[in-house]
Amino acid sequence: MTAAPPERDHGLHLLREMLRIRRFEERCAELYGAEKIRGFLHLYIGEEAVAVGVLQALAPEDAVVATYREHGHALARGLTARSIMAEMFGRVEGCSRGRGGSMHLFDAARRFYGGNAIVGGGLPLAVGLALADRMRGRPQVTACFFGEGAVAEGEFHESMNLAALWRLPVLFCCENNLYAMGTALSRSESETDLCLKAASYEMPAWPVDGMDVLAVEESARRAALAVRTGAGPVFLELRTYRFRAHSMYDPQLYRSKEEVERWKQRDPLPALEARLAEAGLLAEGDREALEREIAAEIDDAVAFAEAGQLEPVEMLERFVLSDPRGAP
Amino acid sequence: MSEAERVAAAAAPRRISYREALREALRDALSRDERVFLMGEDVGRYGGCFGVSRGLLEEFGPERIRDTPLSESAFVGAGIGAALGGMRPIVEIMTVNFSLLALDQIVNTAAALLHMSGGQLAVPLVIRMTTGAGRQLAAQHSHSLEGWYAHIPGLKVLAPATHEDARGMLWTALEDPDPVLLFEHGALYNVEGELAADAGPVPIDRAAVRRPGRDVSLIAYGGTLAKALAAADALTGEGISAEVIDLRTLRPLDTETILASVARTHRAVVVDEGWRSGSLSAEVAARIAEGAFYELDAPVERVCSAEVPMPYAKHLEEVALPQAPRIVEAVRRALGAGA
Repeated sequence: MTAAPPERDHGLHLLREMLRIRRFEERCAELYGAEKIRGFLHLYIGEEAVAVGVLQALAPEDAVVATYREHGHALARGLTARSIMAEMFGRVEGCSRGRGGSMHLFDAARRFYGGNAIVGGGLPLAVGLALADRMRGRPQVTACFFGEGAVAEGEFHESMNLAALWRLPVLFCCENNLYAMGTALSRSESETDLCLKAASYEMPAWPVDGMDVLAVEESARRAALAVRTGAGPVFLELRTYRFRAHSMYDPQLYRSKEEVERWKQRDPLPALEARLAEAGLLAEGDREALEREIAAEIDDAVAFAEAGQLEPVEMLERFVLSDPRGAP
Repeated sequence: MSEAERVAAAAAPRRISYREALREALRDALSRDERVFLMGEDVGRYGGCFGVSRGLLEEFGPERIRDTPLSESAFVGAGIGAALGGMRPIVEIMTVNFSLLALDQIVNTAAALLHMSGGQLAVPLVIRMTTGAGRQLAAQHSHSLEGWYAHIPGLKVLAPATHEDARGMLWTALEDPDPVLLFEHGALYNVEGELAADAGPVPIDRAAVRRPGRDVSLIAYGGTLAKALAAADALTGEGISAEVIDLRTLRPLDTETILASVARTHRAVVVDEGWRSGSLSAEVAARIAEGAFYELDAPVERVCSAEVPMPYAKHLEEVALPQAPRIVEAVRRALGAGA
């Protein structure tokens, strides 16, 4: 099923959001090469339609739990490029004061709960956030992103069962990019139909073309509405593909260049552009204007991060406990 | 009964089991704050695997006395999430051995989140679990792994050894903005003791001198406190006056109280049901060496569990555990070395 074309403003919004993530991460890769960003850096390039599409369905009071490949989710959730870039530069102005880095972006005000680098570790957290909403009678949704690799973890099964058993408002968003680091789904799962696994927990589940932002948004809105109105959790399998290496240390021995090229033919950005152009929604100069606007935003973010302060080392042990007097 | 008699009766200390003291603490917390709820395996209909929560389901209902599947990682993680969502969850894990199935959530998330998020996300979660041996439950229900948790920055680790602490630590732990682990020694549940009628919340930041003495400091906690007190009793017959320190809080350790005691007695015996290598007793001994070396008249002694997975057979389990006679022997060694 092909989703209907959006209104012009919304179409441009989706394009802008995906392009922001793409350009932001391209810059991150350059800055990694320049040794401005260190540690692990996992790029989302190719998967932008998933985060951008799903987050259209969430309200500010909803919650988001993401993985260590979460720059896209953070940007789409409204964390500023400045605060994310400063975080990756290890500066105190970063969204986690430079304590988290690329894998641990947090923003309590936007109910963005990370940034979890334990595969499957975010699912129980999402169940608990949803439990609190349910117990307090708040009509909120917790969107929980995880990769298909998490499906092999016990925490996935425990959490799916608990959420379904208690009919908790969790939107499970499985980003199936076919590889858990370098291990293909078929090499790690006896049953590769992920929706079947979710269905075995009595949870509505369906696959979505994760390279089509309009399809993702349409499914996410439908799922989020069901979750919000008390139907219990819903599972979406968002079929997508990572264009870049797993991290900056990955020679990609486990997949062929041809396979990567084949998926790049389905790049979600040109795909949306084509849809908008086809529906007559893209004016001349729109794309260039977006590029200029985004380049300016990222330049500003990099300058902000460069100018950022290093946290005084005397603060090292602050926030181990809430009370600064708590000595070990 | 006159009003005066009623007041006097209500104020009289009661004889109560450790289990009942814990239950009273739970009931009090659930009554005080509607954000508090209890969650874990068989806490509801079964009444708690050790009977601590019996009757609470009928009183507070299934939303707040919440039976979970056997999914330690999921329900501990759900406790973290619920705490972030504004609740004050109490998660019960049957035993510390089972808590290893939730180690990821406790160590990688609960303990790390506040620091990792730059101070944004505190986790006001309380986790209760049973620890310790002495009931012939063998190697997967009997270990004392609280020392492992005491290794982790971001956690507070409590070991209520007395009825007063069983009654009083929970509420203080719930008021704490950070994750607190409460270790209940399994051998204590049936122990009867006196509890003041007005017993209530207690501070959780200091060790306690349970018995003052002059000649040696016995440093114990949880299930070994009673054994240290028994040893101290036995030692009076030999004219030895032992001071008994109850650590109460295993992290952060109240180093000050430990060192002050050693400064008075000049000898220390650390009693720990954990294994000796890399244990909490090692940490306490190291702190004494660091902070009170010149006060010592004898090397620090340790009485720990034998380094074996806990055996089932009663005679083997007894010999594997710290016992009062071994504490007495350690004291004699300490005094002999200093004489």
